[in-house]
Amino acid sequence: MSQFATLLTKENKIVRYLVVDDSVFARKNLIKMIELFGGEVAGEAGDGLTAIAEFNRSKPDVVLMDITMPQMEGIEAVERIVRQHAHARIVMVSSVGYQENILAALQKGAKHFVQKPVKAEVLYEILRYVLSDDPAASGPAVRLPAVLVEEQSS
Amino acid sequence: MRMELIQPFIDAADAVFSESLQAPAQIADLTMDENAYRRKGVAAVIAIKGDIEGRVVLDLSPEVAVKIASQLAGTEVAASEQVVRETVCELANMVIGNSVTLLNDQGFRFKVFPPEIHTREEGLASTVDTEALVLCLETPCGDVFLNIAMHYLKRRTRDRDIAPVVS
Repeated sequence: MSQFATLLTKENKIVRYLVVDDSVFARKNLIKMIELFGGEVAGEAGDGLTAIAEFNRSKPDVVLMDITMPQMEGIEAVERIVRQHAHARIVMVSSVGYQENILAALQKGAKHFVQKPVKAEVLYEILRYVLSDDPAASGPAVRLPAVLVEEQSS
Repeated sequence: MRMELIQPFIDAADAVFSESLQAPAQIADLTMDENAYRRKGVAAVIAIKGDIEGRVVLDLSPEVAVKIASQLAGTEVAASEQVVRETVCELANMVIGNSVTLLNDQGFRFKVFPPEIHTREEGLASTVDTEALVLCLETPCGDVFLNIAMHYLKRRTRDRDIAPVVS
């Protein structure tokens, strides 16, 4: 039995995820975690361009998006998805976790960031926070750039 | 190559293998190499461009890759060329991504490119001014090699900021 309580949407439905990573291996790893959290995979993509098309097709509740990918990188894909779908919930999942990257992704509309290798318990807390849609809720500990912390507190 | 460029790779490899394999990696050997790098097994190359430029190679045997893939999947994974390539690329992504994050925190700015599998028999040359560091890491699944060849292109942001103004 999973150690995690099933994550549900506000409408009490199973959460549907779009998993975007150029590594099949990384996608499998994330899908394994999604299953642990009681979620469902709405679609997969290996680059930013395909991610946009998959988002429009599958309308997922949450997108897990890598940053460094061929054709179109994750941050540009976030910008283009959020331009069309302002309420898209996108969590960046990348091994490159430096502040400019995190800040750029958040400024383009991503909701959170998790660094690889991903720990299931960390991703679970981030997803719980992102699904709550409550800016006042205390988010999970993540190293946010000082600029963003200032923006959030003002 | 200076220690400030090397240490982040050692720290990142230790962190990634500790987390992924639930056991720390030990440095079995560390050498400098001016010759072209010849892969030992399946090698993923990641290019770095910016304040520091160069490339990093993560190299391991197919047998070790399958053992690591099984460990990561939590179940026995059947050996195949695709599994081996995927494992090597993802490990390279994680180790090098975490390393450049640490270097970025030190003030260096650069871009990392997606990993490419290096299959040629001939070696990867280091440039004249870039000798490579070869790091052999002992993990519970077997040896993993890191070959790091980088050089400074620009001073890092923090050094540029404190540079004296010449009028």
